[in-house]
Amino acid sequence: MKVYLPNSAFIGNIDPFLKGIDFSNPEKLEITANESWISVHPVVLSIVAALGLLVESKNITCNTITAKSAHYLERMGLFKFLGVASGKNITEHEAAGRFIPLTQIKTSGELSHFITDMIPLLHLQPTQVEPIRYVISELVRNVIEHASSKTGAIVSAQYWKKSNRIGIGIIDNGVGIKKTINQSHLAETHLKAIQLALTPGITGTTKREGGTEFNAGAGLFFIKAIAKVNRDFFMIYSGNALYKLLKSNPNKLFADPFKDKHSSADDLPHWGGTVVGVDISLNETKEFSELLDLIRNIYSKTVKERKKARYKKPNFI
Amino acid sequence: MTHIKLFERTGSFAENKDLARDIRLNEIIPALEKGEKIVLDFKNIEGATQSFVHALISDLIRKHGHEVLDKISFKSCNETVQKIIMIVTDYMQESD
Repeated sequence: MKVYLPNSAFIGNIDPFLKGIDFSNPEKLEITANESWISVHPVVLSIVAALGLLVESKNITCNTITAKSAHYLERMGLFKFLGVASGKNITEHEAAGRFIPLTQIKTSGELSHFITDMIPLLHLQPTQVEPIRYVISELVRNVIEHASSKTGAIVSAQYWKKSNRIGIGIIDNGVGIKKTINQSHLAETHLKAIQLALTPGITGTTKREGGTEFNAGAGLFFIKAIAKVNRDFFMIYSGNALYKLLKSNPNKLFADPFKDKHSSADDLPHWGGTVVGVDISLNETKEFSELLDLIRNIYSKTVKERKKARYKKPNFI
Repeated sequence: MTHIKLFERTGSFAENKDLARDIRLNEIIPALEKGEKIVLDFKNIEGATQSFVHALISDLIRKHGHEVLDKISFKSCNETVQKIIMIVTDYMQESD
């Protein structure tokens, strides 16, 4: 496999990075990078780390990274995660509370500890913390419960002072959304599977409205709603498909993710598991309780409409 | 009456679904079967996920009908937790 860390790769411009991942020769991983500057979203680092977990450390090669910003990769724990030497001596540290380094989470208990431990790291106001811990908890639980990922979830996050936002990347090497959704629904393509997974009340664990005693099919819809209402980017990549929520009118939630302003692709290199990236702006964070009002309205409406669509119609002859 | 203090189990952010299921199976259901009323006490809980609340109460509504909500009281919920609970009780009553 080959992966190239570019000059810039954030959710808004991540497509070329994803298209450039080479999954051939899966026993080896070759990492190269822009020579001058590397500025990437945590989701990119989580992807590289997740690839690294599929390969023995001795089969990972990482070209000497000359970019001045390479210390960022070191601080985020990429080289340690991959078990390779960076050749960098890090002497300069940013203030505490600016990032969550790459972390592997495999169990429910590890997630609970992680959620507790990460909050002080971020040094945020209570109202800012709510959506962040919500997003991480729900996404990582999705991985633990549905992904069948031997390597668990790989999580990282970064705070950017200039834009006052937090980027989060949560990745797994599991079975992917299509396989999970198709346990109970029909999704012929990876993009269709992503669409269903983002629709409230749809879960791969049952066809039944309301879900099972343990799953409602609401998690990803909530995450997308948090991003939409706060005018943040959100992306989900699984199989050959990418869905990317773009910034748009924050006061209108849709049950169907394809009705939101978005971009999509279904010709990307095949990622076996699932990649989720989200940005959360701390400037524009709508009160979490207001967001829940919007979610409640659209969720109820959607369940009612879906139930009504299944009503038996009388036969008039 | 059975009084279940959640903070002692969940901490300030109630997100562990396994824990929610355990509480439902081992404490809420046995109490309901004895005909007792239940208080789910959210004192000191700052936030909860929809997944947690779903794992805690959805199956009660499905199996016992929405009347089960007459037997359960949700105590000391902040605004956010109240709204999460309302989302779950809404969609469970609107479901099959």
